[in-house]
Amino acid sequence: MSGAVFAQQLVNGIMLGGIYMLIAVAFTLAIGVLNFLNFSIPGIFMVGAIATWRALENGWPWVGAIAAGLLAAGVASYLVERFTYRWMRGLDHEIPLVSSLGFLILFENLVLIGYGSDQQTFPALMPDFNIRVAGLVIGTGQLISLVLALVLVIAASGLLERTRIGRGIRAVAENADTATILGVEIHRVVPALFILIGLLSGVSGILFAMNYLQVSAFMGHEIGLKGIAAMVIGGMGNIWGAILGGLLIGLIEVLSIAFFGANRADICVYGALLLLLVVRPEGLLGGSAIVREKL
Amino acid sequence: MSGYGEAILVMLAINIVVALAGYLPLAAGQLNLGIAGFMAVGGYTSAYLTSAYHLPMGVGMAAGAAAAGLLGLLVAVPVLRTSGIYLALATFALGQVIQAAFLNIEAVGAAAGYPVKPYAGFTVVLSVAFGVLVAVLLLSRTRFALLLTATKNDPLVTELFGVDVRAIRVAAFSLGALIAGIGGALYAHHYSYLEPQNFNIMLSVYIALYVLLGGTQTVAGPIVGAAFFTLLPELLRAGSHWRFVIFAVLIILVMAVRPEGLITGALARRLRFGKRREAAS
Repeated sequence: MSGAVFAQQLVNGIMLGGIYMLIAVAFTLAIGVLNFLNFSIPGIFMVGAIATWRALENGWPWVGAIAAGLLAAGVASYLVERFTYRWMRGLDHEIPLVSSLGFLILFENLVLIGYGSDQQTFPALMPDFNIRVAGLVIGTGQLISLVLALVLVIAASGLLERTRIGRGIRAVAENADTATILGVEIHRVVPALFILIGLLSGVSGILFAMNYLQVSAFMGHEIGLKGIAAMVIGGMGNIWGAILGGLLIGLIEVLSIAFFGANRADICVYGALLLLLVVRPEGLLGGSAIVREKL
Repeated sequence: MSGYGEAILVMLAINIVVALAGYLPLAAGQLNLGIAGFMAVGGYTSAYLTSAYHLPMGVGMAAGAAAAGLLGLLVAVPVLRTSGIYLALATFALGQVIQAAFLNIEAVGAAAGYPVKPYAGFTVVLSVAFGVLVAVLLLSRTRFALLLTATKNDPLVTELFGVDVRAIRVAAFSLGALIAGIGGALYAHHYSYLEPQNFNIMLSVYIALYVLLGGTQTVAGPIVGAAFFTLLPELLRAGSHWRFVIFAVLIILVMAVRPEGLITGALARRLRFGKRREAAS
């Protein structure tokens, strides 16, 4: 493989990583703060994209359609909080996990009933336009997604660092009971966090739909699973780790497709995850997590 | 019996076997999200040995179970250094790797799938499943079952009592993998066709749901869970997607109302005492 082709593959990997990043951050917020492996996130990702697509089909303008997608994702995530985490705080970690899987199955099958299992075409928001820099081809859509993903993640990180609700979230992450005693209103903070998780997943789903121009009921599966891998590789509960993990998974996937073929990409991606869990379970940036290890 | 009834019973039998495979590690507090991977190993091993070397089906199935169990043992030792969510994630990754590996092994058809020769009919599947069930029931009356529960409830105290908790976990995990291998072999020989795509993460997830819905405290738990998952969709056949919707709502509700699962140890004891009282009077 020549140097130019390799450089192009690196660029492609980073662009793909931008999509994984947002999902990985959504997973990492749920794990880091609530110790909750939230399997409904791939479903919420899909709900955001499908709602946007429906609104566009009904002739809504872009801004309105995206707002509708985000609203749907936020509401879906709030429902998950209401019926899983709120009822089950303090139980074994598998219990909310099982309920969140229930929500994943629920969302997917409701969409199947509504719109069928076919891939639906998502209209193109921007003309397909590539920028050429030093012989490298960069898709504008992907570039915008990557930049937007980074901006959103930095904004979410700032929200956690500086705002009142962010301090509340971090206090709950440290210890929910102590936070309650110290006056953190846990019944406000946790739903707010879930809505944030829902919005990040929804944005990610809408960006995915814009870049790949299709939506379907199961579109969240593969992305969601790779998002989990990205979260773990970066270090669970660490936002910057999720960014790093997202980019790494994107690179591993694109490079392994280039070197070994598409059928072997999953072996490389999940093999890397397995290897990391055996060698360094805390993840690459695990040492500086926003929360201390509680599991 | 009608063909439909037989088909349902076979499905139920295979589901009970794989639910028991998920139950053993869960009884020791470990969530295995890679059961489908171990099923694939058992199924493909048995299918390959019987097709390529013309070994009898029984030998093939035993070899499939052994291969899955051995793989379980091999990965349990490094992977069980971690626990909780990390273990669940590691088994998830393992399942994905196994599925992707079979997608690339040309000797067993890779992505095109692999036809399986010797056919396991209704009687064979039910007898093997019954054998597995009896074995697990016998196991549940030994000290090992007690150690599983102790490990799940408080690994630290169990360790203090001089029990090698890690050995218990490795044993539960590998034994579960072995049983998953049997389940995979039954699947392969009954449905006569294997595809890597069948052994995906959602299969592992559904198996874990059988067990957690039924309850991890007694052997009856996974059986009830598997029966619930197999029979309820049949009863709800009206709309094919609606049944999954109802099913998802039920999972959410059961987990909210009975987070320990439908069948708990306390419930099982109460039923048993009830029986004894009846016998006395």
